Amino acid sequence: MQYAILIYANEGFFERLPPDEQDAAMDHHRQLQAEHGEKGTLGAVAKLMETSAAMTVRKRGDSVLVLDGPFAETKEQLLGLYILECASMDDAIEQAKKLPQGVAAYEVRPVGWGGGTIAEEEESH
Amino acid sequence: MPATSALAAHFAVARPRALAALTRQFSDLDVAEEAFQEACMRAIERWPAKGVPSDPTAWLILTGRNATIDRLRRDKRVVLSDKLPDGPADGEDAEMALADQIDMSELRDDVLRLMFMCCHPDLTLQDQLALSLKVVGGFSVDKIARAFVVKPKTMEQRITRAKKKAASVAERLDTPSLQERSARLDAVCTMTYLLFNEGYSASGGEEHIRIELCDEAIRLARLLLALFPSQAEVMGLLALCLFQHSRRAARLDPEGQLTPLEEQDQSLWNRQEVAEGKVLIEKALRRGRPGPYQIQAAIAAVHCAAPKPEQTDWREIERLYAALEQVQPTPVVSLNRAVALSKINGAVAGLHYLEQLSEALSGYLYFHTARASLLHDAGEPELALAAYERALQLGPTEQEAAHIKGKIRLCEGSQKNL
Repeated sequence: MQYAILIYANEGFFERLPPDEQDAAMDHHRQLQAEHGEKGTLGAVAKLMETSAAMTVRKRGDSVLVLDGPFAETKEQLLGLYILECASMDDAIEQAKKLPQGVAAYEVRPVGWGGGTIAEEEESH
Repeated sequence: MPATSALAAHFAVARPRALAALTRQFSDLDVAEEAFQEACMRAIERWPAKGVPSDPTAWLILTGRNATIDRLRRDKRVVLSDKLPDGPADGEDAEMALADQIDMSELRDDVLRLMFMCCHPDLTLQDQLALSLKVVGGFSVDKIARAFVVKPKTMEQRITRAKKKAASVAERLDTPSLQERSARLDAVCTMTYLLFNEGYSASGGEEHIRIELCDEAIRLARLLLALFPSQAEVMGLLALCLFQHSRRAARLDPEGQLTPLEEQDQSLWNRQEVAEGKVLIEKALRRGRPGPYQIQAAIAAVHCAAPKPEQTDWREIERLYAALEQVQPTPVVSLNRAVALSKINGAVAGLHYLEQLSEALSGYLYFHTARASLLHDAGEPELALAAYERALQLGPTEQEAAHIKGKIRLCEGSQKNL
């Protein structure tokens, strides 16, 4: 089963840490990616650009609007994500714990459909 | 208890918005800075045990505000409005309620006002930049002094004087009209770009401090874009800064000499910054309202899109410079257009276009280096040499002078070969 690990933090916070602490935090990421890369359980990994680079598509009235980025929030933003193949929620939580703590919060969310999870099950029926 | 680097990072991120809100609250920069300091002290006491609040900026604003109101009441027995909320309590619910008290659109004008104060027209450019670095960026006076190569004591005095002048803007606290907001945004964008250039140009203080100035300018541009997400020129400004900054590792060769764009090792460009610049300029141009920053960023994007310098799309660059000439008709823009023309139609065509600029740019270093380079390409090493020597008289930086001298030797070689 696939689990998403969604990375939330205040934008700009990580870049404000001293370079050696940034490096140490990135080591956790590199290790997790290497571990799952070897096992073949790394579904996806992405660091997202800042929300100011984003656009939002939303229907309003009869038209579909394309809006510029989310409005200036000072709260945490989605900054990146992993999709991992994990044995269970407990296992997925263990994976999230391997990521650097104190620099971001990690939301562990089971993947409902995508990357073949449902497709594989349907095929096997 | 010393602030850990994580706390310091939170404070640095929160600073511009928090200080802006506190400046509106107290109509005084010094009081606002003290209030922010006080809020940080309380955060250092509380956050390690209770956890960092989900909205650190809101926490710092409200804590700073309440602590300062208490102090002002005690010290001066000032009667302040009683509509003020209680201080932040602990717990998630209290935090949520607290964040909701921050009105984002009000905060947007607050930050703009704070930055606009720093670029008060009565201040010299350097004082504007120094004040922004101190107030918005939270730079120490020592570091600012090093950046501008002045004594710390002198810088301290200058910042104090600048603050007093800037205070006259602080009193205009009502919500700006659309025109005022747009004029403020223009001024603040200009200041941000000049700050970037201060760091980017190879003059002034030490290398690592200059890079910090560029980083700070990029942060300010990011902040402006977060606050004004639909402003195409702000996207253009950030894109332009990112493109230029992406080349920092390729700009100087191992001997510290300036490497022209066409000779740079592209593998040294920062690809993440190039990618972000590209996204931002695409996004900006969707709005169909091009301005000087967007056009300049688009030019940088064309340079970055070429796999090799000789594959650069000079026709597109020439078209963009022609567009830039329309919105920003300056001789320097025309100079760049002349260089683009020479790439398409040859050095003679470029020289021909340059002629009309010779009066306006007679004291401009890069006019003479560009002209010299074209003269050399046109088979006129003697004239090229004279133009390079004129350039040497116009105060090039050490690195530029070394580059020009190298070119002079090249011209001398060409002369012998004739």
